[in-house]
Amino acid sequence: MSLTIITGEFATEAAFLRAWRALRAAGLNRFETSVPHAVSGLEDELPPTPIARFVLGGAACGGIGAYLLQAWAARDYPLNVSGRPLHSWPAFIPVTFELAVLLATLAGVAGLCWLCGLPRLDSPLRDIPGIERATQDRYFLGVRSDDPRFAAVEVRHRLREAGAEHITEAAP
Amino acid sequence: MNPSCDPLLAPGETLHSVTEKIGDIPLARAPRWWWAGLAAGFGGAMLLAVSVGWLFFRGIGIWGNNIPVAWGFAIVNFVWWIGIGHAGTFISAILLLLHQRWRTSINRFTEAMTLFAVACAGIFPLLHLGRPQYFYWLLPYPDTMGLWPQFRSPLVWDIFAVATYATVSLLFWYVGLLPDLATLRDRARTRGAALAYGLLALGWRGDARHWVHHERLYLLLAGLATPLVVSVHSIVGLDFAVALLPGWHSTVFPPYFVAGAIFSGFAMVLTLVIPLRRLYRLEAYITPRHLELMAKVLLATGWMVAYGYFCEFFSAWRSGDLYERFAAANRATGPYAWCFWLLLAANVLTPQLLWSRLCRASEWALFAIALVVNVGMWLERFVIVVTGLHRDFLPAAWGMFRPTFWDWSTFAGTGGLFLALLFLFLRFLPAISMSEMRTLVVQRESIP
Repeated sequence: MSLTIITGEFATEAAFLRAWRALRAAGLNRFETSVPHAVSGLEDELPPTPIARFVLGGAACGGIGAYLLQAWAARDYPLNVSGRPLHSWPAFIPVTFELAVLLATLAGVAGLCWLCGLPRLDSPLRDIPGIERATQDRYFLGVRSDDPRFAAVEVRHRLREAGAEHITEAAP
Repeated sequence: MNPSCDPLLAPGETLHSVTEKIGDIPLARAPRWWWAGLAAGFGGAMLLAVSVGWLFFRGIGIWGNNIPVAWGFAIVNFVWWIGIGHAGTFISAILLLLHQRWRTSINRFTEAMTLFAVACAGIFPLLHLGRPQYFYWLLPYPDTMGLWPQFRSPLVWDIFAVATYATVSLLFWYVGLLPDLATLRDRARTRGAALAYGLLALGWRGDARHWVHHERLYLLLAGLATPLVVSVHSIVGLDFAVALLPGWHSTVFPPYFVAGAIFSGFAMVLTLVIPLRRLYRLEAYITPRHLELMAKVLLATGWMVAYGYFCEFFSAWRSGDLYERFAAANRATGPYAWCFWLLLAANVLTPQLLWSRLCRASEWALFAIALVVNVGMWLERFVIVVTGLHRDFLPAAWGMFRPTFWDWSTFAGTGGLFLALLFLFLRFLPAISMSEMRTLVVQRESIP
């Protein structure tokens, strides 16, 4: 059987969330969704986002790298200013901080692209009629047919029960 | 009506109306005044191109810089622009962390203002190098001369701070912009617009899980940008404070510069937002309450700046040092005294009008006060740089600084560049974050 996605279109965040919870209760979890803003209350039901690790990793690389660079440069090209030590660490803090922030940000944005699969100019929901309103005022929740607990009749029933206004079946 | 009871969002706004009203601005035809504004900005940018071209041809001598006033207009303008660039990140990051929801309708615009102000600021130190083609000598790279930058110098910290600030502000802005670019892609009326916005949106389609990553990253970036914004102007302050010059060599400089930056930044935000909300009819999103809150920030930071002025004079007197005392007295009575008194009138006296609720509620009064503060903050940097340098220790080495035509034209040119970039931004990108406004609408609906 070829892969299809059964998608329900909802008018409100609450209805979307109701459908999400009903489908999760039925043991389904291969969803394709498209919503106009962050859904409040969903974060607690999903595995925690690992994006902070990217940011922390970037900060560590940037900070440690910048400090070592400065400490090494001070030895490689010694500047004796009134006999102060070459390893004058307090003066190295600003650049260390700046580069830690810079690399943390770069790593965070790279992490976002990685986790969201960006850039990707195609969408599995592209053929759903009215999908362009997902970035404006409509909430779409689709279930993939390769979900091990997928049963078309039940999915349709639960989507409708939660308040879906249109239900569409399309190949991704 | 008491503006502090006003809502942050006019009643009756829905997900659809928010998206339509804000999202149609970049997609519709440009109004006539937009062309006039862009033309003015573009003209200014051309003046900058001519000034810089002449500078490259003749060299720094076309400016009024001399010894003792080696920093001149270039550094005055650099500090002024970078200070303006601080309000954007302050509004976006610090107010986000403090759960100040009123930031939502102005953060996008102020972030754009930050980027353009930092772009204008960055031009000056590069030109001031005299041989700008060697700017990369400031960066650490393994060169054949075996040289490294002097990492103990605030001037080297500066290039790291400003470059990091520009990059982080740009990415913070872009990450926030992604969902809105996707909205524009889906609302675009022509194939070309859909393609352009689609490419910029990187294929964002608003998967509920992607939103979770997006929101978390936005919060983390705000957390990173908050100490960053404080560090940047502190380091600019250290450029002065680390020098042994009387009037500069003071520990009050870093915090006083940060307060001044936020003060001038908010003044510039008010200067730009007041006409903008009228021209684009965005009064439903940028409400009188927003203006009032910004006016209060202006008043508070104005007092911090006033405290900085007081501290400078107090520590000069308390130090008992002949040169410090002379520098302070020279500021108030020397050849540039009129700048100093004008600056006090603009930055200390004028904001006191904001104690009155009537002033805070009047757009015209706010606009006028903000303009005066913009001028005052430019004068402040002029007073610090020029009166600081022109009479230091030995009277034999004293001098005067007189700006030339090219000093003024370069400064006016960056103003033009700033305006041109701002008008292009208003034309092609949503000036208010649609996705955050949608969240505001939904949050209001969920409150019974």
